[in-house]
Amino acid sequence: MRITQGTFSFLPDLTDDEIRAQIDYAIEQGWAIGIEYTDDPHPRNCYWEMWGNPLFDLHDSAGAMREVLACREKNRACYVRVNAFDSTRGFETTRLSFIVNRPAEEPGFLLKRHEVEGRHIQYTLESYAAQAPAGRRYE
Amino acid sequence: MAEQRDRYQAGVMPYAQMGYWDPDYEPLDTDVIAVFRITPQDGVDAVEAAAAVAGESSTATWTVVWTDRLTACDRYRAKAYRVEAVPGAPGQYFSYIAYNLDLFEEGSIANLTASIIGNVFGFKPLKALRLEDMRIPVAYLKTFQGPPTGIVVERERLDKFGRPLLGATTKPKLGLSGKNYGRVVYEALKGGLDFVKDDENINSQPFMHWRDRYLYCMEAVNKAAAATGEVKGHYLNVTAATMEDMYERADFAKQLGSCIVMIDLVIGYTAIQSMAKWARRNDMILHLHRAGHGTYTRQKTHGVSFRVIAKWMRMAGVDHIHAGTVVGKLEGDPNVIKGIYSNCRDSFTQKNLEHGVFFDQDWAGLRKVMPVASGGIHAGQMHQLISYLGEDVVLQFGGGTIGHPQGIQAGATANRVALETMIKARNEGRDIWNEGPEILAVAARWCAPLRAALETWKDVTFNYQSTDTADFVPTATVA
Repeated sequence: MRITQGTFSFLPDLTDDEIRAQIDYAIEQGWAIGIEYTDDPHPRNCYWEMWGNPLFDLHDSAGAMREVLACREKNRACYVRVNAFDSTRGFETTRLSFIVNRPAEEPGFLLKRHEVEGRHIQYTLESYAAQAPAGRRYE
Repeated sequence: MAEQRDRYQAGVMPYAQMGYWDPDYEPLDTDVIAVFRITPQDGVDAVEAAAAVAGESSTATWTVVWTDRLTACDRYRAKAYRVEAVPGAPGQYFSYIAYNLDLFEEGSIANLTASIIGNVFGFKPLKALRLEDMRIPVAYLKTFQGPPTGIVVERERLDKFGRPLLGATTKPKLGLSGKNYGRVVYEALKGGLDFVKDDENINSQPFMHWRDRYLYCMEAVNKAAAATGEVKGHYLNVTAATMEDMYERADFAKQLGSCIVMIDLVIGYTAIQSMAKWARRNDMILHLHRAGHGTYTRQKTHGVSFRVIAKWMRMAGVDHIHAGTVVGKLEGDPNVIKGIYSNCRDSFTQKNLEHGVFFDQDWAGLRKVMPVASGGIHAGQMHQLISYLGEDVVLQFGGGTIGHPQGIQAGATANRVALETMIKARNEGRDIWNEGPEILAVAARWCAPLRAALETWKDVTFNYQSTDTADFVPTATVA
């Protein structure tokens, strides 16, 4: 399966030039760039590991791109995403978030059904990969 | 105003002389201001008509009453302070009326509207009356809860950023069994939509009772989440005959793990505010379908403009509101729609007569409402939709998903690919308004579902003259 979180997951994986163009756009909007990675892509896992602090006050995409490449190099078997943060009043949140690296194989999720009273079912999603200890997933 | 002794003589007196017309009045920052379009009966003076509207929507009755003198009546009288002719519409006038804050109960849309659109709309000396816009003072706004979730928190909960959300309404809207209904939900979500939606009139009918629908829909939502790794949702419509029924349905939706429930505008302002409080207490997104609004928002001379309804609904507290598509099958002049979207999404809305916005409006930190564009839209219009409506919007392709020749999943995929392609191109600096069709055509080379969607709906447009247009543009616009 292919996890389709992020703004551009239905498109072919972005090339480095395409990633750079999106970072340029975010910088033009005055947004800060954050790079994050994880080996636990559960949709409710909102805290991916931060690849350092977000990069504020950027003038061009060169520095951010270097960090994207470094993070990707170090975490080939993880999901890596680029986030853009907007500190403007009324937003103060992520404005763009897209995946720039994914593991070669994505085993996906098990849907567990816990049947309770009546026809009521309680659902739980479990990532197949996250069954293994951190660091040994997606090996 | 007449001398006090003359003013309170028993009998009938023109409203303007009773104190409901004051051309020198400077509205206070704390006043509620309304602008009405009035069409007086032949022979009725415009200023007197405006004063009558001020009177009938505040303290007045048809004759002088001495009991006014037991009150600080001048404070409670609404004051018409400006009357101007509507450009290009003989016999019609915009009348500005200010209301003191003390006239309204805190946090109550029912109370606000009982005055502003109460008796006055049936008043005989007027042929027609329309509430065009309102300025709500910060002092009054702060007494309202507002949207339980708001755009920012909704996106954070759903983990979806940088693009409009995608939805579809299950079709046919009536008649499917619970099991077949859930099938449509699953296919559409797995194919790439974020939300599927109950339609306004799907409640608990003989062919599908509500519990059955909720159970099958949540199976579909969870299966699709597992298949994609994304948060998915289905707006479960909890509209019912009584508040007790609605609470029962909403509680069941919550037990089943739904992230969103839905209500219809026809349940009424008080019920909407009750559900807004329930949604805030229960971490639930609240979707509002504007069923019924066209009966009083569409005609320009009489009723309430939808930008006012949108304002009231942001105060009452809904997270989603259907607000027009411009390009689809339902009423929507581009300028008027821009004004409505401003009322949903701005932190501060600036006066803009071309958009039908008559006042600056400070939203006082009230959360933002996600507008929903639904009705007769398809993937081939993606560049127009994004250009008109921006990013913080739910684009709902019902027929444009379910009617896809290769199936529902393919329909959903076509929409999602078209959307992501267009956002990516826009961010790269492409001129999507002009290059949109070409950008879609390139994506369609590698995406067969998009190719089929573009082929099927390529000639579908709804280019009709809008009924509800702004008055301050030289010519009415066609979408």
